[in-house]
Amino acid sequence: MADETKTPAATERPSRPFGERSGGGDRPRFGGGGGGRSGPGGPPREGGRKFFRRKKVCKFCTEKIADINYKDYRLLGQFVAESGKIVPRRLTGVCSPHQHRLASAIKQARNIALLPFAGRAS
Amino acid sequence: MNRTYELMFIVRPDMADEDLEKLVSHLETTVTSAAGTVKAVDRMGKRRLAYTVRKFREGIYILMTIEGAGTVIHELERRLRVTEQVIKFLTVRVDEEHKRLGKIKALRDAKKKVSAQPVASAEEAPAAAAETPAADVPAATV
Repeated sequence: MADETKTPAATERPSRPFGERSGGGDRPRFGGGGGGRSGPGGPPREGGRKFFRRKKVCKFCTEKIADINYKDYRLLGQFVAESGKIVPRRLTGVCSPHQHRLASAIKQARNIALLPFAGRAS
Repeated sequence: MNRTYELMFIVRPDMADEDLEKLVSHLETTVTSAAGTVKAVDRMGKRRLAYTVRKFREGIYILMTIEGAGTVIHELERRLRVTEQVIKFLTVRVDEEHKRLGKIKALRDAKKKVSAQPVASAEEAPAAAAETPAADVPAATV
């Protein structure tokens, strides 16, 4: 039964298959707002019941943060998962040009030991 | 070709203040002798490192803003590499980024002005409209 309800949902949004993982260790603050039951921005898992997820918007566009700097490790830390990975765009909603700058800033910050390469900041 | 760079480096946490001052002034003379200018030196203080570097868990961060050609940076990085107390450094070219930010800021300021402008243009338009019938009237009477 559960499989039947899941499959039409998956065909609805085929572009986001990875968001449906339940092991959410890599995305601490974003995406899994609904207790990790459904994919971020994805369709509801349980058939029938519909609930709307707010469309994610780019933090840098809405707050008009023009400067994404490697020194601002507190800001960058919001986009780094617990494991130290850069959180993908599909989970955070950051727009493409800003994600590009964000990624390079995080990499610079890693080089100067402001952010960890792997794991939590010791 | 003058460019602006940010040089951030970390020295070992057990370094004495006077040694640190000596190191910074030494680097400043290196920059000036290579025809560069030091615009700012920011001692950011002791901070915990995100990972261990040469078995140190914390370090003293120093940020220098330097203007000059690439040769200045080349010499500076060579010196930092041989300096035992410096455990990590990073040089970032920032002039292009500053230029981009300036452009964005100018754009935002211009947008604010545009929102203020329609009031002025609206005042001009009725005045121009009022003039044209006045010019038409004498032509009609003749």
